[in-house]
Amino acid sequence: MGSSKFQEALQSGKFVVTAEAGPLKGTSTTELEEIASVLRGKVDALNVTDQQSSVMRLGSMATCHLLKDWGMEPIFQMTCRDRNRIALQSDLLSAHVLGIENCLALTGDLPSLGDHRQAKPVYDLDSVQLLWAIKRLNEGYDIAGNELKGKTNFFAGAVVNPGADTEAAYELQIIKMQKKIEAGARFFQTQAVYDPVTFAKFMKRVEHFKVPVLAGVIPLKSAGMARFMNKNVAGVFVPEQFITKMAEAENKVKAGIEIAANLIKDLKNICQGVHLMAIGWEKKVPEILKTAGLIS
Amino acid sequence: MITAERKSFDQIKESIKEFESLLVLGCGTCVSVCMAGGEKEVGLLASELRIKNRLDGRDVRIGEATIQRQCDQEFIGPILETARKYDAVLSMACGAGVQLVAEMLAPMRVIPALNTRFIGITQEEGVWVERCRACGNCVLADYGGICPITMCAKSLVNGPCGGSKGGKCEASNEKDCAWVLIYNRLKKQNRLENIFKMFMPKDYSTQAHPAQMVNEAYLKVGVEEKHGK
Ligand code: SF4
Ligand code: SF4
Repeated sequence: MGSSKFQEALQSGKFVVTAEAGPLKGTSTTELEEIASVLRGKVDALNVTDQQSSVMRLGSMATCHLLKDWGMEPIFQMTCRDRNRIALQSDLLSAHVLGIENCLALTGDLPSLGDHRQAKPVYDLDSVQLLWAIKRLNEGYDIAGNELKGKTNFFAGAVVNPGADTEAAYELQIIKMQKKIEAGARFFQTQAVYDPVTFAKFMKRVEHFKVPVLAGVIPLKSAGMARFMNKNVAGVFVPEQFITKMAEAENKVKAGIEIAANLIKDLKNICQGVHLMAIGWEKKVPEILKTAGLIS
Repeated sequence: MITAERKSFDQIKESIKEFESLLVLGCGTCVSVCMAGGEKEVGLLASELRIKNRLDGRDVRIGEATIQRQCDQEFIGPILETARKYDAVLSMACGAGVQLVAEMLAPMRVIPALNTRFIGITQEEGVWVERCRACGNCVLADYGGICPITMCAKSLVNGPCGGSKGGKCEASNEKDCAWVLIYNRLKKQNRLENIFKMFMPKDYSTQAHPAQMVNEAYLKVGVEEKHGK
């Protein structure tokens, strides 16, 4: 079995670009199809979120499958929140059968953050153990040690938060990153980065792992959004200068795109790629990449 | 201890409205310590019910009793005869106590007055916090004495999620992130290397419900003593 197109892109040594698409609540896929047609050929792969922020919606696996039909390379995001070890492994087998080759293992937000607050959280496995489960399935075994008839062939990755705000949280992120690599993570996507200098220090710390890291980029839409993230999103710190720029800009879209594009230019010298989480601005991703000089 | 809190007065009143006599039965152990179902609380609830009934013009006979433990047959035995003189028992024990009393009094009705919450400790006067989920396979030794199963909102055993902010948990700004606590404790103990290893998926079969526990040695001695007599 060969490697996925996304894996090949990372191995080619080029600066890799991934973006993110969130399925909607309901069965409508028109928006997703439009996003796919805008991003086709512009990004190396597209992450599909799994019940993002614990809000119930169309599933990641089915969406990944559709993306393949639409000529996109999907990254199947999988959280540990909603499924026990039986369901997780079974869904991985199903995803493989549907032609999905990349998987991103996540812990998953608590149900209390979403729209079904009374749901029972599962967390039977954690993200490290999920990566290990993927590795076992790739080797032809389930995690109970039973042999599979036909194994999977996933290129598995994980997330890391390089902006953790206390010494303990920062060190723990690095310890967990190492454990994720030992469990089978072969690429990382990060929480949104706004300060390339701090991020460069983080990259120095994890350089010896020799695992590609795609820095998270969230384009700013307003000063309010930046302040909200600073206050509420763990590990995200938008510097004051960007907040002022957004507040003062007459054309907020243009300013947001410029900030994101400049960040990408800086990040190009620091890590192996970027992961654009556009949150509603998916169709503006090509413009951001163009401004950053990554595509023509 | 097992912690519990009293159901709302309206809820309790609704659940006992069909009875003409009622024994309010307290428990002198855990729920007494967490001020939910001990002798004092039995007295309070019984008086509240009497006053309410009088206001409503209802004639309900309300008795009070508190035994040392409602989760132990030995302590329930002596109260059975008294209890049967009532239409129902309003138990102020944890869910386990309510069930044993109901079993021993069956088919008499036994109604719970408390919501059983968790296994916890007294943090300060009037504040109790959970510390153990009775997972059946204690891993405290690996984590510097801080339980990741209970204290981490996601029961993560291999390190924190990405939601930890300022040392606090994604679940609430008021709760410490268990993993920051674990890190700091292990660091002080010079045992950080402990959390570099991968912890395998937890064996949840130990939590198959209803769980049972048998002390073989005790049973054996018991049998021998009986035969000896
Ligand atoms: S590991 Fe935690 S939940 Fe399990 S027995 Fe120990 S303290 Fe209780
Ligand atoms: S923030 Fe800390 S305690 Fe809360 S769920 Fe995440 S790791 Fe667990």
